[in-house]
Amino acid sequence: MANSIIQVQSVSKSYFRDTFEIPVLRNLSLEVHEGEFVALMGPSGSGKTTLLNLIAGIDRPTSGKLIVNGTDIATLNESALAKWRAANVGFVFQFYNLLPVLTAFENVELPLLLTSLSKAERKKHVHVALSVVGLADRMHHYPKQLSGGQEQRVAIARAIVTDPTILVADEPTGDLDKNSAAEVLTLLDRLNKEYKKTIVMVTHDPHAAEKASIIRHLDKGELQ
Amino acid sequence: MRILKLIFKNALRHKLRSGLTILGIAIAVFAFGLLRTVVSMWYVGIEASAANRLITRQAVSFIFTLPYSYKEQIAKLPGVEEVTFMNWFGGVYRDKSQFFARMGVDPETVFDVYPEFVLAADQLDAFKRERNSCVVGADIARQYGFKLGDVIQLEGDIYPGTWQFVVRGIYTPRNKTTDATQMFIHWQMIDERMRADMPTRAGEVGWYIIKIKDPARSAVISDQVDALFKNSRAETKTETERAFTQGFISGASSIIEAMNFISFIIIGIIMLVLGNTMIMSARERTREYAVFKTLGFSAGHLVGLILGESLFISALGGALGIAITYPMVEGFSQAIPKGFFPIFIVEPGTVMLAGVAALIVGIAASIFPIQRALRMKIVDGLRFIG
Repeated sequence: MANSIIQVQSVSKSYFRDTFEIPVLRNLSLEVHEGEFVALMGPSGSGKTTLLNLIAGIDRPTSGKLIVNGTDIATLNESALAKWRAANVGFVFQFYNLLPVLTAFENVELPLLLTSLSKAERKKHVHVALSVVGLADRMHHYPKQLSGGQEQRVAIARAIVTDPTILVADEPTGDLDKNSAAEVLTLLDRLNKEYKKTIVMVTHDPHAAEKASIIRHLDKGELQ
Repeated sequence: MRILKLIFKNALRHKLRSGLTILGIAIAVFAFGLLRTVVSMWYVGIEASAANRLITRQAVSFIFTLPYSYKEQIAKLPGVEEVTFMNWFGGVYRDKSQFFARMGVDPETVFDVYPEFVLAADQLDAFKRERNSCVVGADIARQYGFKLGDVIQLEGDIYPGTWQFVVRGIYTPRNKTTDATQMFIHWQMIDERMRADMPTRAGEVGWYIIKIKDPARSAVISDQVDALFKNSRAETKTETERAFTQGFISGASSIIEAMNFISFIIIGIIMLVLGNTMIMSARERTREYAVFKTLGFSAGHLVGLILGESLFISALGGALGIAITYPMVEGFSQAIPKGFFPIFIVEPGTVMLAGVAALIVGIAASIFPIQRALRMKIVDGLRFIG
């Protein structure tokens, strides 16, 4: 049995709108082991993106423990959490979120600017990441010069370039046509199987979820 | 390096908007520079005042004259090195819009008391020898094309009649702040005609300029001069040249203060223009800032990105504004009568003030966007639709 890399222990999360408390996650527990590809599914408002954000350290739980790669991230301050994210998490967004003024190469290089790597080392890492996603020949293209599927592959390259512990993907195929979605899913599958990346993916799409090794359903903030 | 590149690319992301903002800042900085130049040039006479010169004028008002006979009495006081005098001649050259100061002076002493008016020895000799000669400043010589030997004809107003003077000297300013727009004529020539035509106005001078040996004794000597003529028909008021100049220009101080105030209002306007641009830019990039935070970039990085962009735009606008200030001030200087502002140049202090103002504007304009970006939660930023 592989090591447990993500431990969500009795986590609750509520949002506040004026004086109203809106519970999103209720006393939820989840364990993800190293090398697993977990798909989180559920209807809109079920709390799957909130759970993903908590695991990625971009949101904080109202209560409960969140241990990712041995660190209780709920106890970290903003600065420490930012450093932790840079070292441990690769994030793939639904709408790619590439910077339009930077080329594919520069976008992928962004997370490496936070490391102590030299320019030459950064260049090497970016080349490898773009080669893995099959876009080494498009490195000098700007996002607007790429298709949606290519943009998402650049975003995946950006997510993996620092060799993070976990990869989180929020509806990575939600904005793509069928063929591009299939390419992205195949890529995620490869990253999981060949590169042993632990992946947590939120999706509405049952076909996308099929690529995962484990599918977990959420409804009204609770795991089914 | 990449961060600098990103700042540069972000700043020029909306070329039209950034271009208009930079142009707006440039025009505002130019307006600021021009106004500050007017203000500083207005006070330049004070800065150029010599510490070892006293001015003695009629106690009641500057417009009343003093007897020529005072000169010898003042010269005898201990601590006085040299005494000269001036008399406002006025007159019209070509037409009333061609204004420059025309002074009746004592050729024997005036250039000793004013060493900043540099005149060649042979020209000074010629000026002293010829009663109908004159010396003009290099600036007006350049403006009107006066050369040695030319005859300048003036129509008198304070001293009626037609007056002709032969240019025998052209003085140059020793310092940048020295007035090179004056015309000096023989007081004796004016006095002679007054004796013939208006004897009651003969033997009168405008004011005395006293060169003293020790500036530290200016107050004592001033009191001694005024004591000499106490209870006479023309009592005197003696003060340092600096105090005299300050008093002379104080009449227009309200206008100058208003210009000074407006120059700083302009800075406020630039701040609003740039602030608006930065707020729009930061708002549009809310999601990008959230992505930066997600990737692990710190608050310091975001501050650097936003502040850098704001400073880049303000610096570009400021530099452009300063660059256009020089030729525009030069053009303005050519367009206004020479005597109105004896010198009209952009001072280093004005450039520095404009530069600092642009820097402050850049910093101030970024404060609100920075605050917004730092306070934004990542999850809210990622959901933002601009």
